[in-house]
Amino acid sequence: MEIYLQQLPQQLINGLTLGGVYALIAIGYSMVYGILGMLNFAHGEVYMIGGFAGWWVLHLLTRNNEVLISAALVISLMIIIAMAVSALVGVVAERFAYRPLRNAPRMNLLLSALGVSIFLQNLVLTYQGAKVRFFHIGALIPEGLRVIHIGPAVFSFMRALVIAVTFLLMGLLSVMIKRTKVGKAMRATAQDLEAASFMGVDVNRIIVLVFLIGSALGGAAGALVGLLFTQVDYYVGFQAGLKGFTAAVLGGIGNIYGAMLGGILLGLAEALAVTFLPSAYKDVVAFVILIVVLIVRPWGLVGEKMPEKV
Amino acid sequence: MVETPILEFENVDTYYGNIQVLYDINLKVNKGELVCLLGGNASGKSTTLKTILGACKIKKGAVKLNGIRIDGKPTQFIISKGVAIVPENRRIFPRMTVLENLEMGAYLRKDKNSVKNDLEKVFELFPKLKERINQAGITLSGGEQQMLAMGRALLSNPDILLMDEPSMGLSPLLVDQQFELIQRVNRQGTTIFMVEQNANMALSIADRGYVLQTGAIVLADTAQSLLCNEMMQEAYLGGDSTCEVK
Repeated sequence: MEIYLQQLPQQLINGLTLGGVYALIAIGYSMVYGILGMLNFAHGEVYMIGGFAGWWVLHLLTRNNEVLISAALVISLMIIIAMAVSALVGVVAERFAYRPLRNAPRMNLLLSALGVSIFLQNLVLTYQGAKVRFFHIGALIPEGLRVIHIGPAVFSFMRALVIAVTFLLMGLLSVMIKRTKVGKAMRATAQDLEAASFMGVDVNRIIVLVFLIGSALGGAAGALVGLLFTQVDYYVGFQAGLKGFTAAVLGGIGNIYGAMLGGILLGLAEALAVTFLPSAYKDVVAFVILIVVLIVRPWGLVGEKMPEKV
Repeated sequence: MVETPILEFENVDTYYGNIQVLYDINLKVNKGELVCLLGGNASGKSTTLKTILGACKIKKGAVKLNGIRIDGKPTQFIISKGVAIVPENRRIFPRMTVLENLEMGAYLRKDKNSVKNDLEKVFELFPKLKERINQAGITLSGGEQQMLAMGRALLSNPDILLMDEPSMGLSPLLVDQQFELIQRVNRQGTTIFMVEQNANMALSIADRGYVLQTGAIVLADTAQSLLCNEMMQEAYLGGDSTCEVK
């Protein structure tokens, strides 16, 4: 027992890092589901492309293990460009693969999303190859800053960065949704698309915006995970997408705050599970949670039990 | 009396795909009037509203708002030109507060100060809403939701207010309140075009009425004459109408 308690602070930090990333991915799933009632299974690929975009920025700005500009600027650029590239991918997918099916049965949309997922995966495989790309972050952080010891816990610089950025992005999104006019229009559209159009809301633009924001957050998650675990390949989107989806369902799909909560709880659950179980059980824990939630509380932790929209 | 038409239908045919739903519709709502469109199920009442809002395309004729054609335009354009609607079943935003719901009504308005004024006017008209200003829409009672939907529509400061089946889903007591409210709003100067199945109720407060049958207008007259019309009495009013021969 003693040893578990000693590990606890460390696992909480690990869980919070992982959870922040899951939350960012889950938000994209939840926002799109909330507004269109569709599961955007291409969202994992959007995350993966964010990872590649981040890798390219780092790669192009590094020579002989030295960064060409300040490390802080490189990290900022990695995240911003990953967000921009992923946002573009999400918006293009909406325009060409989802919008033409707006009035089709939901199943068609789901299949179209799976198609986009396969397309994007193979696109990256074709142009980037199957080999794993490593993030050479050694150049980014000076030796002395890499780890911070707090009692028994080791707080790496990257973990602190990931936690800070994920919570900053979630905070910004919350303020936008709650306070701004466009945020209110987004909520109104999610709650009743037709009624929102009666208020004069251009719902097509709101839907594009939802894809843009959700995909940008997914892209940020991709770049952050690259910085944290230092690798990316064309297949990472599958696993990440499933985790994000699980987090969204856990919180209550369609609810943005639920996605945040679900992501963080899922990350903590995985981190705590490896304290007590062999680390191979990490993913088992995630999917057991998914199955249990779907059976016991399919509307999630903070989601509301709503009648199916007809 | 000088009539200023706000809304006009001129020989309008509306289709769903290849199926014709509205046949040669002619109607007019003048400034300050309360006009109702009556008819049974599947008579084309909802389609008429959808045609105004640009949700259904017309193949013939013209729909005009303040003399300008609005057919073929997107919904948000039509709303921006002065149309507001209280939809069937109210359709308030359930997880937004009363204030946020009202703010959505003023979504397209840029004149912040007059929005503030209109908000105060709405609260004067519906003091209940002010008491519940920070409550989520879904927690309101049916009658309060009706007020909210009405207040939300009024906050766009519309030239014409469309009402889709205002009596739908309300208890008889609330229906009475609802129609009193509509009359009050109309008397304060808002032009209203109301679609309703409850012909007795609608005609008791309306200035004029049109009757739709399978997509065509079969009767058009003042409310009083419609109440006394034999065919109306038989088909829609059930004999207990309030026809008073003057």
